[in-house]
Amino acid sequence: MHVASIVPISLTVGANRIVPAVAIPYPLGNPELPEDEERELRLKLVKKALRALETEVEKQTVFEE
Amino acid sequence: MAEKKYRVVHYLNQFYAGIGGEEKADIPPLIKEGAVGPGRPLQQALGEEGEIVATVVCGDSYFAENIEAAAESVVEPVSRYKPDVFVAGPAFNAGRYGIACGASCSAVSKKLGIPVITAMYKENPALELYRKEVYIIPSADSVRGMAEVIPRMASFVRKLGLRQEVGLPEADGYFPRGIRVNQFVGRTGAERAVDMLLSKLRGEPFQTEYPMPTFERVPPSPVVKELHSATIALVTSGGIVPLGNPDRIEAASASKFAEYNIAGVHDLTPDAYQTCHGGYDPVYANNDPDRVLPLDAMRALEKDGTIGKLYDHYYVTVGNATSIANAQKFGEVIAEKLKAADVDGVILTST
Repeated sequence: MHVASIVPISLTVGANRIVPAVAIPYPLGNPELPEDEERELRLKLVKKALRALETEVEKQTVFEE
Repeated sequence: MAEKKYRVVHYLNQFYAGIGGEEKADIPPLIKEGAVGPGRPLQQALGEEGEIVATVVCGDSYFAENIEAAAESVVEPVSRYKPDVFVAGPAFNAGRYGIACGASCSAVSKKLGIPVITAMYKENPALELYRKEVYIIPSADSVRGMAEVIPRMASFVRKLGLRQEVGLPEADGYFPRGIRVNQFVGRTGAERAVDMLLSKLRGEPFQTEYPMPTFERVPPSPVVKELHSATIALVTSGGIVPLGNPDRIEAASASKFAEYNIAGVHDLTPDAYQTCHGGYDPVYANNDPDRVLPLDAMRALEKDGTIGKLYDHYYVTVGNATSIANAQKFGEVIAEKLKAADVDGVILTST
């Protein structure tokens, strides 16, 4: 599965399970957050990525909220 | 005619040279004087201006099993005939023959510096391998298209033989080689773009100046069933590498990917890891590389039993103007390695 900052590119190149990321220079982080909150954010995104791996898909799927 | 004829050497496989079928597919290269097989109608179409002085013949299997060596061994006999043009095929949709035509053209062009041309069907796998180095003109998918393709091959050979300038792919009827040519035009890009847009809105035909690449689609992989006992791997196109970028992955147009061992690593810290990606502001990733390659989060989930194990290696390249051909190649090799290591699922992060 693909954690991608630019979802349209991920769709164009053909990823089948896509989780939108935070931003280009920090897809799995946010430097504006305090350290513990940023770590929490990253954990949440990775859990979402794992859920995507556990989810049956038949076509390209973007896992929003 | 006082003018000297241009000299052509032609490449054929064992079948078209009339030597034999599959039972002769393992013969090494040999030379025949003059035109043979499809070379005869080709010679006829060339007329008095050019002459097929020799034909190189090689078995398809011999060639396909030793591509580089076979291509090399074609060059020397060809050079003896001092040709002005080298032509191969047509290969139609024959895979091994297509590769032989493409590889021999490529080798002759590189070693002897003479123009080369071949012909094959648009879905011949050799097309993608050699179209950048070799003029390849389209043919039908089978020998039924011989009569149709020979005159086009002949006029291309003639053009090369007479040292005429080769025009754009559409004009001269060959597969685009992915080469950009600078040219002066009277109207600015803005005007041309608006014209194209207007044509599009009116439903009229228009021609893009920059065709977008097409991407392969793959069927979705099956789900990871038992996450708590699964091995999950991390892969990134975000350029996270050990400090100093030991494998020298390029900051743009990456020509390689790398594999690094992360067994026992619990957090990616700035004193040991960095980004080598040249396409985004590196400050955030350099301060905390986990922001691109979420190793700390994966370790936490490994520890609390959400996943069975984080795979001991991660793979990295730089996705910044990286060619699709390279990216595809990296992806295939990385996937093979991950499969061989019994990895159950992969998280690929992109900046």
